[in-house]
Formats: sequence, C-alpha cells, structure tokens
Amino acid sequence: MLLAVDGLTVRYGAVEAVRAVTLHVAQGETVAIIGPNGAGKTTFLSAVVGLLRPAAGSVAFDGMDITGMRTESIIRLGIGLVPEHRRLFRNLTVRENLEIAAWGRNGEAADRERLLERFPVLRDRSEQLAGYLSGGEAQQLAVARALVARPRLLLLDEPSLGLAPLIVDEVFALIAELHEQGTTILLVEQNAYKALEVADRAYVMRTGELEGGGPAEALLDEQELLRAYLGGGQL
Amino acid sequence: MEAGQQILNALSVGGVYALLALGLAIVFSILHLVNFAHGELITLPAYAMYGMYLLGLPWAVFATISILVGVVAALAMERIAFRPVRDASPATLLLTSLGLSIIIQALLQMLISPRERAVPQPEWLLRSFEVAGLRIQVVQLLAIGVTIVSLVVLTMVLQRTRIGLAMRAAAEDFDATRLMGIGANRVVAVAFAISGLLASLAAILLLARRGTVHPSMGLLPVLTAFVATVLGGFGSLAGAAVGGFLLGFAEVALRAWLPQDVAGFTQGLLFAMVGFVLFLRPNGLFGRAEVVRA
Repeated sequence: MLLAVDGLTVRYGAVEAVRAVTLHVAQGETVAIIGPNGAGKTTFLSAVVGLLRPAAGSVAFDGMDITGMRTESIIRLGIGLVPEHRRLFRNLTVRENLEIAAWGRNGEAADRERLLERFPVLRDRSEQLAGYLSGGEAQQLAVARALVARPRLLLLDEPSLGLAPLIVDEVFALIAELHEQGTTILLVEQNAYKALEVADRAYVMRTGELEGGGPAEALLDEQELLRAYLGGGQL
Repeated sequence: MEAGQQILNALSVGGVYALLALGLAIVFSILHLVNFAHGELITLPAYAMYGMYLLGLPWAVFATISILVGVVAALAMERIAFRPVRDASPATLLLTSLGLSIIIQALLQMLISPRERAVPQPEWLLRSFEVAGLRIQVVQLLAIGVTIVSLVVLTMVLQRTRIGLAMRAAAEDFDATRLMGIGANRVVAVAFAISGLLASLAAILLLARRGTVHPSMGLLPVLTAFVATVLGGFGSLAGAAVGGFLLGFAEVALRAWLPQDVAGFTQGLLFAMVGFVLFLRPNGLFGRAEVVRA
C-alpha cells in the first residue's frame, strides 16, 4: 500500500470533524473521496500531511508511519498536495511559485522544464504574478507546483472548486492523463460524477465518517445510494 | 540651512524607527505575532555593551559583539518562548511576548540595577563637522548609513535568495509554504534573526545618542516603531520602513516647531496624527484590505 490510513480521527475542540477513517491507496491507483461540503474531506487531507494533528489513528506512507511528522518532512517523502482553493503565492511570479516548490523538495530544474512543456501557458506567463492568472491557469500552476518534484502520491483537494464548467472538464482531463501515466492519486471532490469518471475506486464521506465505497463504476450505477448520501443537488 | 539641518535629524531619527519597524514587520508577516519583547532586543544588546564597557573593551569590539547578542537573543526568544505556542491564537502569542518582555526587564532590574547606568560613548562618535553649512554628527551619519545599507541588503536577501523567496512565500501563506516542503522552523528562525540584527543595530545607534542603559529603554522606541508599522500597513515591509521615516520626520518637526511649553506632548501629538491617518486609511498607507480567496 502506498498510503494506508487507519482509524484516523481529528477533533476541533469537542467536535470530531473526522471520525475513525480507514482507507488505503495502492500504487498507481486513482482513488476518490466524494461527499458534500463540510463532510471533513479537507480536514482529512490536512491530517494526512500533518497540518492538523490527529486525535487518534495512524497514517503510513509506503510502509512508513508518518503520523505526527512535520508537514515539510512528509511532503519531502514524496507527497504532493494541491490544496483547496489552490493557495498559490499570489504576490510571487509564476516562475517563483515553481521555484519554491522545486527548492523545497530538491526538484531538478529539468522537472520544471518538463512541466512547462506540459503547461505552456505557464511559460508564457512565467514573469507574471500568480494572483493575475485566470482560474484555469491558476489550477494548472497549482498542479504543476505539486508535480514539480515528481511526487509518488498526489493529493488533490477539490480541484474543480470555483472553476467554470469548461475548465472543470480540462482539470479532470488532466487528472485522467496523470492517472494514465501511472501517478498515484487521491482525489477529494464534491463533484461526484466527475470524480467517479476518473477514479478506479471511491469512498463516500459524510459528517466525518466513511459511509461506504467501492469500484467507481459500481458507484456510478448506484445513483439512488449516492443521492441518499450526497443530496440530490450534488449530482 | 535650518530646514536641511532638520531633515538630517529626521533621517537619523527615522532611520532607527525604520530598523525597528522592519524587525517587527518581518516577524509579524510570517507568524502574525506582534512581538512586544522586541524592545528587549534593543535593551539586551545595550546591556551587553554596558558589560563590555565595564570590561574596558574598545567600542568597535563591543558594538560588534552586541549585534551577535541581539541575534542570539532573538533566536533564543523564538526557540524558548514562541515556538511552543506557535499554533496558538494571536492573543496567546501577544501575551507571551508581553510576558517575555516583563520577565527580561525584571531580570535586568534585579541582577543589574533598576536605575540608569552610564555607558560613555567614544568621543569621535559624537564629534560633529560642518559640510555646506550643515552641522553633521558622526552618529547621525552612522545612523543614516546603517539604515540605508540595511534596507538595501534586506531587499536583496528577500528578492534574490532562496531563503528570501521562502520568506516572501511564508508571509503570504505559511502552511502553503510548508506544503512546498520548506521547513517552517528555518523560515521563522531567519525572520527572528533578522529582527534581532536590525534591533541591535538600532540599539547601538540609540545608545550612542542617550549614553545610558535602563531596563525599560526599549519600550518607547519600539512603541513608536509599532505605530510606524501600523501607519505603513501591518505586514508590509516597505510600509514599515516608510512609516519609520515618516514618524522620524513628524517627531523632529514637532520638536523643532512646537512652542516650548507644549513640547512635552510631542509623542502624544504624533500618535494622534497617526490615529487621524488611520481614520482615513484604516489599512495603513501601504496596507491592502484582506483579499478573500475565490
């Protein structure tokens, strides 16, 4: 297992935002966690990368226990996170955003070159402040920033959030492409349909707990079930 | 020439405020901590200079070592007092810094003296010479020079080096910087080291002017520097530097032109003026309103 989470619980004061979540992601898999807003998905990812300290449970990456490790150390093991809302450094240029990502994780200049081939718009805008990018460009930069050091596991938090429908399609095409190239991906999404289309497997998360899951295709067929979990509006 | 003389005074006074304001702003920009113990980063190097003066060391030696003391004190503050509460609320951080300030002042009072102690300054430092009708004191020239060099070097470090890039990123989004694999402790330590360095430079200049050390000597300069950072827009480094110089100019102008019997209100008037500016521009001169992420 590349990522194995066992009984992970995260509390904000008395509130359990994530309750005893157990899941795994195998090498080369694309796994989705789908669920409505406020289900605890972002909290879960934050705890996996150590930005939040879990109250209970453990996280193992490639067989190594990383629970309670510092975020920067976890990242350097080979995990890339594209955070919710992207969180680009808006006052830094596109080039600086990529540079800092590469520097922090000993990425080679060649990796940056490779990404600029893949995302030519970033090369065109390399000296522009990241804050001036359009939604789609910003998302490309956010993904490129996470990929710059060739992570073994890519975590995507709501990559479609706040993007126009056409751009959302582009983002999911990119995820599918990364998947085909063998990148291991854990994707957290409200947009259940889109997520299930690119994922091998999915878990359904609601009010901090996993409430089922299975092969993505099977879940797509179980629309009644999905609707019950996610609310009709989500589909 | 009167105006030229006053501008010279204002630059040297404002330069010291700018150094202090920059130190406050650089720590605030990354940790969102208003470090009220910043004043002790003036006091401790100043007392180190007092100690070395007692030992009979030459000025150049004790000035150099006091810079080291300032940097080490800042790093120690971070490591001992602030790191354990780094994730706590801003109010906790603020109270920690206040507590730290009180503890250090009390220790100096108990271990050394609650009274002022003289640290005679070398004669050449206070000597003045005349250029184009202006009377220039060596210490004034030193203050202006040190400020300019500090500003240039700090700008270069922030713009041209990797750690500078990391600090600019951390000022914007600390957690996102950690998600890039950048060590949080390193960035924070460098920020504190810079604030300690700038504060000890300010301490040398202040001590040259006042000639004595006192346990609470850091309070008023740092209060003024804090007002300068607020005036400039908290978190903006350029704003902090400009705010420092503006307060220097305002202070010197008030002192020069206020009638003798109200001169005691200089500081009060100064802060009232800043209050008025903030009334017009609540985010400071260089501050931006918080941008809500889309």
